[in-house]
Amino acid sequence: MTDSAFAVVRAGALTTVQDLGRPGHAHLGVPRSGALDGPAAALVNRLVGNPPEAAVLETTLNGCAVRPRSTILVAVGGAPCPVTVDGRPVAWGAPVHVPAGALLDIGTAVSGVRSYVAFAGGVGVEPVLGSRSTDLLSGLGPAPLTNGAILPLGSPMSLHARVDVAPQPRPPVELVLRVTLGPRDDWFTPEAVRTFTSRAYRVSSASNRIGLRTEGPALERALTGELPSEGMVLGAVQVPPDGRPVVFLADHPTTGGYPVIAVVRPSDLPAAAQAVPGTPVRFVAVRRR
Amino acid sequence: MRALPVGDSALLVEVASGEEAQAVHAELLRRRAAGLLTVREIVPAARTVLLDGLDDPARLASELATSDVPPAPPRAGEVIDLPVRYDGPDLADVAALWNVPEREVARIHAATEFRVAFCGFAPGFGYLTGLPARYDVPRRATPRTAVHAGAVGLAGPYTGVYPRASPGGWQLIGTTTAVLWDHTREPAALLSPGTRVRFVPVADV
Repeated sequence: MTDSAFAVVRAGALTTVQDLGRPGHAHLGVPRSGALDGPAAALVNRLVGNPPEAAVLETTLNGCAVRPRSTILVAVGGAPCPVTVDGRPVAWGAPVHVPAGALLDIGTAVSGVRSYVAFAGGVGVEPVLGSRSTDLLSGLGPAPLTNGAILPLGSPMSLHARVDVAPQPRPPVELVLRVTLGPRDDWFTPEAVRTFTSRAYRVSSASNRIGLRTEGPALERALTGELPSEGMVLGAVQVPPDGRPVVFLADHPTTGGYPVIAVVRPSDLPAAAQAVPGTPVRFVAVRRR
Repeated sequence: MRALPVGDSALLVEVASGEEAQAVHAELLRRRAAGLLTVREIVPAARTVLLDGLDDPARLASELATSDVPPAPPRAGEVIDLPVRYDGPDLADVAALWNVPEREVARIHAATEFRVAFCGFAPGFGYLTGLPARYDVPRRATPRTAVHAGAVGLAGPYTGVYPRASPGGWQLIGTTTAVLWDHTREPAALLSPGTRVRFVPVADV
């Protein structure tokens, strides 16, 4: 094993390897996957001089801790959290040198859900269908991190970081998701469509990389038949039989048989990735562009 | 045929039958291959084809509304043979639903040429059509918590093969040793939409 690697000391609740995902294979049943908060992953990559497609770590709520085998430049962003190297506080949202053998600890998120950790050179696990992303729905890509695992790192680019620090959006206090109605809004009563776009929902603790689940008023169907399976897009708001909207995130199934009442604007999805359970959610209908 | 907008950059083309969906899918693939269509994903399903990653879905929608889709091209290309042993735990139930002896289920199934209508559920899982409508069967009332890789099942109008162990509610009639999905292989998926498939009975697999 090369020296360019790190050992996982504390895997955290759920830490996965993520990059831009593997779009283009949906017709084979392969989800797109990839970092849920894409702008945050792109930013930490930039902070360490990586190209945008480099693989990073995505943590969930309580961070993780790793021990690089050689001195390396890292950056932590996304959900704000304390970051330490051998117990000493270092900067969040800025490039940090971690000496060989030192313990890099990404702490519990102060707000938000998912922190991102970029290493100069990127996480170097073997790509599957062109991506290093862990896909929790279909099991493609590397397994989620486990304590004691060793992950390889790629060769750092000679690029210097173009930014030292960078502003990052705060995790949402209220999640406002702009939606365009359809393609199956006609499967719901007009009252249900009004409820959906006017009443308050909350982020459910059952949310994951597959979907942001919500709690709130159930949406009543006008058509009660079975919808034949059809293709699903990122941001689709699917309504299962319990009537509570589910917003499809990166690991969503490629086809599904529950009606999609609306689709969330892609630019609103990174905030959805950072909304902790209990966060109020509003779906706001907007015109199609 | 109607084209429903999906968000700002996708279109769901809806048709009346699975055969029409296969024809639309074939036509869209032809247009993409000819450089007439730029799109990230073309995802066929039971009665629809989803086009995702379009620059101008509205323009394509109006284009499709005024264009004729030729019927699905004649069945060409190679046939993939899947060795199968008809030994599934639901064989007797399926025989009862079909109102035939168990060995007749195997004979009818093996004599059918299937076509992958679409994929989904898991990487490499194809929804195969080809059996006449009178052989449609319901899903099991209670899904199994574990179905082994290679299990051949029936549900509704479809036949499917589980690419890996997973929970599942299909009526299992057999087992294949074929590897449906191997990400180190090119292509990773043995079956993709449009592939023709035959099940070839073997004494032992």
